[in-house]
Parts: sequence; structure tokens; C-alpha cells
Amino acid sequence: MSGKPIQTVSQTAGPFVHIGLVTPQAGFEVYENELGGDIALPDIPGQRICVEGAIYDGNDEPVKDAVIEFWQADGEGRFARPNANDGFRGWGRVGVDFETGQWRINTIKPGPVSEAEDTVHAPHICLWIIARGINIGLNTRLYFDDEKEANVSDPLLSIIENPERRATLMASSKAENRYHFNIKLQGDNETVFLDI
Amino acid sequence: MTENVLSGWNRKIQPPAYTPDYKSSRARSPRQPLIKPNFRTSETDGPVFFQGDLGPNDNNLLCNFYHDGDPIGERILVFGRVLDENGKSVPGTLVEIWQANAAGRYRHLSDDYLAPLDPNFGGCGRTLTDEDGNYSFKTIRPGPYPWPNGDNSWRPAHIHISVFGGEFAQRLVSQIYFEGDPLIPLCPIINSVPDRPAINRLVAKLDMDASTPFDCLAYRFDVVLRGPASTLFENRLEGN
Ligand SMILES: [Fe+3]
Repeated sequence: MSGKPIQTVSQTAGPFVHIGLVTPQAGFEVYENELGGDIALPDIPGQRICVEGAIYDGNDEPVKDAVIEFWQADGEGRFARPNANDGFRGWGRVGVDFETGQWRINTIKPGPVSEAEDTVHAPHICLWIIARGINIGLNTRLYFDDEKEANVSDPLLSIIENPERRATLMASSKAENRYHFNIKLQGDNETVFLDI
Repeated sequence: MTENVLSGWNRKIQPPAYTPDYKSSRARSPRQPLIKPNFRTSETDGPVFFQGDLGPNDNNLLCNFYHDGDPIGERILVFGRVLDENGKSVPGTLVEIWQANAAGRYRHLSDDYLAPLDPNFGGCGRTLTDEDGNYSFKTIRPGPYPWPNGDNSWRPAHIHISVFGGEFAQRLVSQIYFEGDPLIPLCPIINSVPDRPAINRLVAKLDMDASTPFDCLAYRFDVVLRGPASTLFENRLEGN
């Protein structure tokens, strides 16, 4: 190969993505060990939370065939490292329910993440969304509406000027340890997506 | 100031979100501009997977759904290397694939194409790249299948592929096509890519040297993830 390698281009995951990434949802099993169901094993310290929601398209129809991946820090704001042997992977994925269009994860609430130069990110979960009709995976973030103080100084939220758009990244606290987060792919209240 | 050293998506060659000829993209494409952080973000870390996460036959689709025999179809080896834009290998990263069977039918609750299921073919596999970034799968060559985009739309034969890389921001799904398939230029999903050479790189090449006589043909498909943006130092090394 001459010259620098050029990045491979993305293609949609298509409607049958479940076969590859969440096999049992396609209706059969191949792997002994399904990946993605254990963002934080039960013995990981932290506040156990449940986050649920749905994804809607530009016509307000639920997107029932999407797969979402999650990436987050632990309760003390630390990301899983290559040698971390503590049962905290910090990553998970779900397929949206074919019937209801709903998704749900059980995890621990991430702590604030400190970066260099005294920057602190408010507690957040990174999301990556793929589906039929999505040509290139969509990145966004979920913040928590009961972290008002931390959210005010979050560097990402701060660069989103329109408060209505900022609000699309807020999971709302429904009951104790339960949050609700809808994703809107297009149109009114379109979720803020990131170019990272 | 910035430690966010991953090079960006090359939007000149990556498919845009809205590609109306591919009908499903019409209502599923964001219309607002993406927000680009200019600081290091959480997505510069990413999950790690271990050999113990996988089973020994996870990358052999010829036998990982065995019931009473071998799957029907043309036996193939699909292999290649995962590297970044600086040519550096990406070792130990998770590669997952899924595909239709030789008749073009997916083993999926939602696939009602009239072609038959194969009792011995599941259609998914996964593996970790080795220390040089190499991966391989044994499988059967998938068939083309019809889909409800236009009056008579057919997908070229393809294998879906998912790759992680070391950072969550490198996450990629794409599709592997096969050299010589006449359906490739007709496909609106492929034509969502605005760059002809980039499309050509989605086409796996027949590699007779890697084939196994009297067993299977081999197709090579390399995956290039977004890499660290090059620094002056690296440019010097590469530039001789
Ligand atoms: Fe497909």
C-alpha cells in the first residue's frame, strides 16, 4: 500500500444488526457469553440506577430496531483501564424492544470525571446509536437532571448555546434511582449529536 | 491545549446522514449540525475485551451453529488487518460480523424473505485481533437478497462488520462486499458513500495465496480506523 491508509467508511448496521451484536434478540443463540449486559457487575460499589427510554424518528415513530452502546465512568469518575480486574467494564449495549420501542439499562451512576487542566465533566454516560437508516453511528451523551450544579460547569453542555438543545441531553429523574431519557433522531427536540 | 489527538471523521468520504435514495435514512437523519468538542472527551477511552470473553469457535461460522452437518454454500475465509490511519496495527480489538446465509436469508425473527433458513448456519461471529492487528473468520459466502427500498431492490452480497478500536470514538460498523458483484453499483446504501475509491475499499479482494486448496477461497478486507492525528514527529518518521 502506498501512502497513508485512509479511514474505512461507515455503512448502516441494517435491520438485522441484532444477529451480530445482541444475538438472542434475533431469536437464537450462538455464544456462551453474551457481551454487553454487564456495565457494572452487582458487587461494584456505587449508586445502582436504572435508565430507560425510547428512540423516535423525524415522524415521531419509535425506532424499534436500533442498538445502543453505553460507555461510562465508575462511581468515582474513573474509566475502566486495560488492566482493571474489578468487574467494571463500563460498557454495555442493548437492542431496543421490537414491540414497544423501549430500552432499559441497569448500571451505577457515574461520578464526575476530572480531566487535565482542572476541567471537571458532570456525571454522564456516552451513547452510540446504530440502526437501519443510520449511515454513520450517532454519538451523544446522557446527563442527569438532578446534578444541576455539576451540569452548569460541564464543558460540553457549556458549548451548546441554546438551552432547549442542551435539555435534550438531560435524563429526568422519575423516581428514586430511576431516570428517563428519550432520543429524538430528527425534527422538534432533536437530540444533540456529537462530532467526536 | 488539546489532548484530543484522534483525527476526525473524513466527511468528504464518509456517508452523510441524509441520503434520500436510501429511504430509511430520510426520517432517521439528524438535521441539526453536530457539536464538535474542542477538548479531551470521555470517548477517548474505550472498553477492553479479553480472550476469556470469547469461545474457541466464535470466529468459525462453519461450525458455531452446528446441528446435524455443515452449512450449505461456498466456504470462504474472510481475513484482514485492523490498523489506524498512521498504519499502526490495532491489536486485541473486538471484531464482530453478521450475515445472511448462502440463499440470502438472515436467521432473524424479522426476516421473512422466502429463501430457506439453513439449519446449520447462525450467521454471526466474533474474534479479537492478534498482536499485529490480524483477524479471520471462516464462513460461507452470503447470497444477495431483496429489500423494500424500491420496486425491485437487491442488496449485493455482504457481510456486516463491527470494530471497536481503543477509543469509543473509533467505533465503526461497515459492510464487506465481494469483488465482481454486479449489484454493487446499483445499491443506494453503497452509493451513500460520496467517494468512489472509498467504495472500492469496501470490496474484499480474492486472495489465492491465502486460500486453502480443496477447502476454501479467501477474501481480504482491511479495516482502517481513525487514528491519532499525525504529529510533526510521526511525519518525519514516515516521510523518510
Ligand atoms: Fe444485510
